[in-house]
Amino acid sequence: MAIRMGRARLRAAAIGAASVLGVAGVPASAAPAYVALPGGTFESVLPQGNSPTASTPVDVARFALRVEPVTAAEFLAFVVTHPEWRRGAAPEVFVDARYLADWRSPLQLASLAGADRPVTNVSWFAARAFCESEGARLPTWLEWEYAAAADETRRDARSDPQWRQRILTWYEQPASAGLPAVGGAPNAYGVRDLHGVVWEWVEDFNALFIAGDSRTQGDPDLLKFCGAGAISVLDRDSYAVLMRIALLSSLVAADTTASLGFRCARSIPEKP
Amino acid sequence: MKTIHDPSRRRALARLGIALSAPWASALPRAAGAEIPLPGNSIYQLHPALLDQDGRPFDLASLRGNPVLASMFYSSCEMVCPMIFETIRQTVDALPAAGRRRIRVLMASFDPARDSVEVLKRTAKAHGCDDRWTLVRADEVDTRKLAALLGVQYRRLASGEFNHSTSIELLDGEGRIVARSGKLGAIDPQLMQPLKKELERRA
Repeated sequence: MAIRMGRARLRAAAIGAASVLGVAGVPASAAPAYVALPGGTFESVLPQGNSPTASTPVDVARFALRVEPVTAAEFLAFVVTHPEWRRGAAPEVFVDARYLADWRSPLQLASLAGADRPVTNVSWFAARAFCESEGARLPTWLEWEYAAAADETRRDARSDPQWRQRILTWYEQPASAGLPAVGGAPNAYGVRDLHGVVWEWVEDFNALFIAGDSRTQGDPDLLKFCGAGAISVLDRDSYAVLMRIALLSSLVAADTTASLGFRCARSIPEKP
Repeated sequence: MKTIHDPSRRRALARLGIALSAPWASALPRAAGAEIPLPGNSIYQLHPALLDQDGRPFDLASLRGNPVLASMFYSSCEMVCPMIFETIRQTVDALPAAGRRRIRVLMASFDPARDSVEVLKRTAKAHGCDDRWTLVRADEVDTRKLAALLGVQYRRLASGEFNHSTSIELLDGEGRIVARSGKLGAIDPQLMQPLKKELERRA
């Protein structure tokens, strides 16, 4: 049983996992896989225009997205080479007290069996730092929502009640079962595990607030939010996406949770 | 550093009171005379590339040692943002004279596309900001990081306008957020009391 392995063996295994990923002078066996998404006009469930009730389709620029969420083994390789992001070293202003709390030590995963599971218990700052280390960034909410609108065959399956039901069914799985390994079926873009595995950080998680426009209330106490359009969500049937928004909007950047991971994205420069 | 891998060595060092500090600690710019490392919950742990209203690079940690009122805004905002400036001014003006001199104000734009240094300069002038006030801008990435630390939420709409939360944060001399107010248009006792306490503590 992996959990009962001695400290030395676990550490050797952990460093071994890191070596496979290109640390300790061993060339990476495989660069993390990204896939290019074409972008285009997209209707978000969040209003993007000045009117809080009217839909304003927006252009999503071409971008590349990591095929799979970042795994525990990949994050271990990152903290091996970036000691400032190890548990106990990263300042609390960037990571809360539960940061990587499930790991046996700052350089040991919870179990070898979990190496291919998405890393969780990571803050927004830590996730960003990881992405920066591979020349990437976090996807924006729009990019994530656009990629996650696809099912296996259609780029926008959101109006299909059966697709919606499948997503909701995934979310009904009891958390006690533990996280599955990455590598689910690819969607129409070739991206895996957008649904049914973990929640994912996005770059602009702190742009997803849903609140009333208080400017007309006349009470200075209520002037917390400025501007129209923070008010509503256009497609109230997209429960699964709304759950994501509700979760992300409730977080602060140092927060970590056992079911919140991330993947990275890259901008693709426009052709001249 | 190899020793950090070894728990027993680490514990031994800890017993001797030797801190294994984060590697970035040695690279941190220090305020003049400041020998003590920044606390882990200081927002000055972040080093965004900021420019002030005069186009000079601005190091957040240069505020160390002074209580700071911090907020975020964008210059073309006509409704709430001018009220933030006004509310902070009222708060500062209500302080005893000695404290009034020691307070610093940090106003960070979340609209780097439009808030150039020139625009910041005009905004500072329009609101009568003196040299206790620093208006700053950064690129989009650092702006998002700074907002994340200050707990400010903002979203750029397709029209170029912003939805944003509004708050004024009080930072202590070490850059820790010690109070926060969402109240505009009047002095908030929840900000004023801890601010006075902070000024007395360091007087």
